[in-house]
Amino acid sequence: MSRGLLGIEDLSRDQIEQILARARDFQPLQNQSNKRLDLLRGRLIVNLFFESSTRTRTSFEIAAKRLGADSISITASGSSVSKGESLVDTLNTLAAMKPDAIVMRHAASGAPHFLSRHLPTPIINAGDGTHEHPTQALLDALTILDYRGGLAGLRVAIIGDIVHSRVARSNIYLLSKFGVDVVLCGPAPLLPPQMAQLAPGVRLTHNMPEAIRDADVIMMLRVQLERQNESPFPASEYYPFYGLRVQHLELAKPEVLVMHPGPINRGREIASDVADSRQSVILNQVENGIAVRMAVLERIIQ
Amino acid sequence: MAKLILKNGRVLDPANRMDAIADVLIDGDRIAAVGPSLDASGAELFDATGMWVTPGFIDMHVHLREPGFEHSETIESGSRAAAAGGFTSICCMPNTHPVNDSPTVTSYIVENARRHAVVNVFPIGAITKDSAGEELAAIGSMKKAGIVAISDDGRPVMNARVMRRAMEMAHSFGLPVIDHCEDLHLSAGGDMHEGLESIRLGLRGIPSCSEDVMVARDILLSEVTGCHFHVAHISSKNSIAMVKHAKALGLSVTAEVCPHHFTLTDDNVIPYDSNFKMKPPLRSSFDVAAAVEGIVTGVIDAIATDHAPHPGSEKMQEFERCPFGILGLETAIGLTLETFVHNGRVSPLRIVEMYTAAPGRILSLPRGTLSTGVIADVTIIDPSTKWTYDVNRSFSKSRNTPFHQREFTGGPAATIVNGQFVWGRSPDLQRDLQIPYLRTM
Repeated sequence: MSRGLLGIEDLSRDQIEQILARARDFQPLQNQSNKRLDLLRGRLIVNLFFESSTRTRTSFEIAAKRLGADSISITASGSSVSKGESLVDTLNTLAAMKPDAIVMRHAASGAPHFLSRHLPTPIINAGDGTHEHPTQALLDALTILDYRGGLAGLRVAIIGDIVHSRVARSNIYLLSKFGVDVVLCGPAPLLPPQMAQLAPGVRLTHNMPEAIRDADVIMMLRVQLERQNESPFPASEYYPFYGLRVQHLELAKPEVLVMHPGPINRGREIASDVADSRQSVILNQVENGIAVRMAVLERIIQ
Repeated sequence: MAKLILKNGRVLDPANRMDAIADVLIDGDRIAAVGPSLDASGAELFDATGMWVTPGFIDMHVHLREPGFEHSETIESGSRAAAAGGFTSICCMPNTHPVNDSPTVTSYIVENARRHAVVNVFPIGAITKDSAGEELAAIGSMKKAGIVAISDDGRPVMNARVMRRAMEMAHSFGLPVIDHCEDLHLSAGGDMHEGLESIRLGLRGIPSCSEDVMVARDILLSEVTGCHFHVAHISSKNSIAMVKHAKALGLSVTAEVCPHHFTLTDDNVIPYDSNFKMKPPLRSSFDVAAAVEGIVTGVIDAIATDHAPHPGSEKMQEFERCPFGILGLETAIGLTLETFVHNGRVSPLRIVEMYTAAPGRILSLPRGTLSTGVIADVTIIDPSTKWTYDVNRSFSKSRNTPFHQREFTGGPAATIVNGQFVWGRSPDLQRDLQIPYLRTM
């Protein structure tokens, strides 16, 4: 972990617990008038977003500011990438400016892994293609822990476009490491059988009520049309079979948490009243993103 | 003309069922005699004691990138890599720029090879114009210009009717059709074998069935047309089973396998390292087991490398943007010995056949034996010395291989084309030798 944070898969349970514990230290900061610490004063963080992002980029920027670091954000459309420069050349150029860490989002799975083999600068993966989104899984875990004493023994249903979801993969790895019973649910073309072998304690179903029954947490995923090079199923079939509605919640545990990594599509994968319901912790997730990213940045850079 | 005698080697000549310690006498560009204790007076002597002396190896599937992609490879550089891999003949796929879909391009390749290549180069023509899969290429005229087969390798013909017509034409001209079997709809966007690893890495998969359905289609079309159908780089268990079935039915169907497909699985892929990216992709362990079994049982006819050079600038990218293909010429013999010979699974004679007589037969090449009077193409193999492959010393212009720094036991020691040494390696197999009589360009 000294060289960056590329994914959850390679982290130990111990490392994850350390990050979450540190994030918990940072949580109260959100409600103070002076939100700034100077733990990373003088350090330089480059946020390099080759793929559009609002919440993750903003969250990393705020986390860096709260730690007192200097951070700059570069998006693909305004960078030399749009002038045909290769990824390696772009990164080498940025690395020559001696940042202490590069936070990177890229549409290609493995892009940060590939670069980390060729660059000295630690890279924090802010989402790579359909592979991993480690800080999302960490903030999801922190959010669950805000409401539950521990993760072990919980039942978490992850529902939607699983195969294209980096959020799902990172969450599967994290939750499995803590003994969570993970149920994956989605249309068959978006839920290949091999997903069950990714980690222990993972099972699949194509039946949404079955996935939700007795769930402690329901994680909804967006249908990632931009990552599908085909139409694997009719759009009209999605909401009736895989959209989360109020009546579904009755099947779950009474205090079920409804989560979503955002951006949400009301009426496509989640009913509006569910997204705004008492059970919804979607905005808590966003809030926790800052604390988690502070913990990650501090850990990588210090 | 100069005489050369290869003394005291283990002569393996499958076409003549020969496996014995003997001498091979070369007179000029022809094999003059093969037998024990030949009279070597006046001949230059090469001591082949402890080595295999075999017909020149034929690689029926390479990409030489010329014309059009000379930054990746040229006919000359590819031919030198071939010589250093023990190959005396290579068959180059038509996916150049322009595509080899006309006698003009074929003649360009033949003429360029005559002037610059150190091994024999036999071009393979396109099936369709520009390999676009629609209109048939000038198959007959290309045959006159020198092609030995047709293939739209890498851009397989998706329209079954076009493939049927191509097979009818090829059959009438006595050419085999070599198909890169891949249903492009099933494999669309895929970067590696579809399985747990592709799911884990978040990469789109190339399912085995994308190969299988096309192998099935082409076997059926071969039956309808009578055309010889040769499966390029077969890689899946079901495809191999179907070739076995086709052969049992007596159909004119053959298959080649690549060394990387009988040595590496998708589990061996270093994540997002494009040196492991090729088509067909490295498949599951049971596919690799089937490929090995296919060679052991004789279902698979030939071993070919699919040598596919790409320069570093193209392979140093996001995995999904990297082109498919790896080098193969210089590591093929080492990998083959390691997988089949040292453990006794396949006889040396059969292995040599898969690199010589078998591709010679499939492509009707006047090559692949040591019979008296034939052109003296000879491969000399040291079957036991340990050596390490260093791609930075490759004769190829590219460096894309998953086998860099791999240790081998046994490998090519010298290569003779048309009676002339074109390449040789020091006795420890670590260093390439200057061949004083290297053919002048």
